[in-house]
Amino acid sequence: MNLPTIAWNNLQRRKSRMAFLVAGLLLGVATVVTLLSLTQSLTREAEHKLESYGANIVIAPKSDELSLSYGGITLGGLSLDVQEIREQDLARLERIPNHRNIAAVAPKVLGAVAVGNSRLMLMGIDPGPEFRVKGWWALDGRRPASDHELVAGRNAARKLGLDLGSTLPIQGEAFTVTGILRETGSQDDDLLIARLPVAQRLLRKEGEVSLVEVAALCGDCPVEDMVAQISEALPDAKVSAIQQVVKTRLHALDQFKAFSFGVAIVVLLVGAMVVFVTMMGSVNERTREIGILRALGFRRSHVTTLILMEAAGVSLLAGVLGYLSGMGATRLLLPWLAQGHPHLVWSPVLAGGSMLMAVLVGAAASFYPALHASRLDPTEALRAI
Amino acid sequence: MAFIDIKNLRKVYRGTGGHEVAALKRLDLDVDEGTFLGIMGQSGSGKSTLLSMLGGLCHPTEGVIHVDGIDLYALGTEKLADFRREYLGFVFQSFNLVPYLTALENVMLPLAVKSMPKAHKRSRAMEVLARVGLTDRGGHLPSQLSGGEQERVAIARALVNHPPLLLADEPTGSLDTATSAATMALLKDLNDQGQTIVMVTHNIENQAFFHRTLVLRDGLPFPAPEASPVLRRTSPGEGSPAHACANAD
Repeated sequence: MNLPTIAWNNLQRRKSRMAFLVAGLLLGVATVVTLLSLTQSLTREAEHKLESYGANIVIAPKSDELSLSYGGITLGGLSLDVQEIREQDLARLERIPNHRNIAAVAPKVLGAVAVGNSRLMLMGIDPGPEFRVKGWWALDGRRPASDHELVAGRNAARKLGLDLGSTLPIQGEAFTVTGILRETGSQDDDLLIARLPVAQRLLRKEGEVSLVEVAALCGDCPVEDMVAQISEALPDAKVSAIQQVVKTRLHALDQFKAFSFGVAIVVLLVGAMVVFVTMMGSVNERTREIGILRALGFRRSHVTTLILMEAAGVSLLAGVLGYLSGMGATRLLLPWLAQGHPHLVWSPVLAGGSMLMAVLVGAAASFYPALHASRLDPTEALRAI
Repeated sequence: MAFIDIKNLRKVYRGTGGHEVAALKRLDLDVDEGTFLGIMGQSGSGKSTLLSMLGGLCHPTEGVIHVDGIDLYALGTEKLADFRREYLGFVFQSFNLVPYLTALENVMLPLAVKSMPKAHKRSRAMEVLARVGLTDRGGHLPSQLSGGEQERVAIARALVNHPPLLLADEPTGSLDTATSAATMALLKDLNDQGQTIVMVTHNIENQAFFHRTLVLRDGLPFPAPEASPVLRRTSPGEGSPAHACANAD
């Protein structure tokens, strides 16, 4: 016989009241867990998707020239006359510590070519990674599959009167237009886009690239670390993170997180009120019993401890059930809220945190009822002596 | 100093509107160790108030109470609780057993806050249950026990800490004649083994078991009705107690 035994016996005796208390707190914990785990899963999915389908690191040659922008991105010191990056050096990216965080490496060579009486920008690309980092590119037709095929930007096609299947002479070589980019509203609309090797040859930049865009997955590795590792691998290049892009893309999710926290706090407060009211009712019902305990020599601190033990036990149960319910709700909601195949994140930190939170909320809400119980006058409580 | 030493004890209750009720007006009392003291009187005479003050449950308005040399109301609230646990055993009028605990668990209740191995607590509780003749009823809930059995469980609970002083408030008040007699016999038996007992009662027949009787009227001691020689019990130390039934025969 000890205080935990008395607490356990009392909980068993008042099953329906304690079930009500568990339900109230469980709802609060489940809501918090659902919101946090949903946020976690959606954020992870969004980060992965955003970083898979967009470059967030740019590798450019080091230059003292004034900045030139491409596609709305400030490249910093790019000059068409500056020494280009060696294509073979890009293999070093496979050996950086976080090489698994690299979703795509899209090298490109840039230069001006004469087409008839016009001068246009020719961009040589590796179609696979390039179309991956430029997920917003939409094509009428198809990507260039051979050296003498190219894609034209919308403005370039209009200017040159190109259609799908048109033939375009560039420096004495005939190229077939296999695709026309739908309007992007950027500099891409003015480009002629060919495969990298033939563009390097036409521009006399064999084995060189002008710019590399890298899509890095930065869910578990800050983009700054990736930039540092790539800079170390390519000391002759200037490596920059497109911070603005990264931050803007995650801003919406941050706002959702803040909203989630606000809702979670409100729901927890309601749960705490349920605990408070239930425990006060329980203490009032047990006035005589508490009087007996005090008359038998239980200190006020013993009575306080007893009430808090009961609250903590019930709250722990609510925490466990609330966590499981919350994860169950997340599992049900995730397919509706996410695109693709979102991954449910089972976090031991969230599990432990939700149980601890439940116990703390339950204990805090029960503190006044416990204090009230300990201050009951034994003779008043017993009304016998 | 006597085992229980009460000097100039007074208790006034203040109701709403400033109305005062003097439950106990003035009392001086010395009780030796091993005494079986009965407190008798009409309702409102102050006997329950006296018992509650003796039990550290009700602060006196004036006066001091020493039990075994300890000034009760010089102790702080928590120390007073410790005193009740270690020095006193309470037998309440309505038994006041915790309904969801078994008889054994009720008896172990005063041990719940003591640092003692569980097995030791259990064996001590079984020992006192055996003293009151309820060895085989330990697993029953109070609702499954008769009134007399509940009373004995309450007495066992009061004894489990081996307290120097046992306080009983109308322990036979809810019992039939036969059970009352059995309960009084049990208390007398405990007293014969050296237990100091202070008991409040309405029942004049219980006087036969007391070494001394304190009668209260309107909060003041009243001369106790002289018990007939055959009913009078000698105080401890006076020689063999004269048992009423033996002398009557």
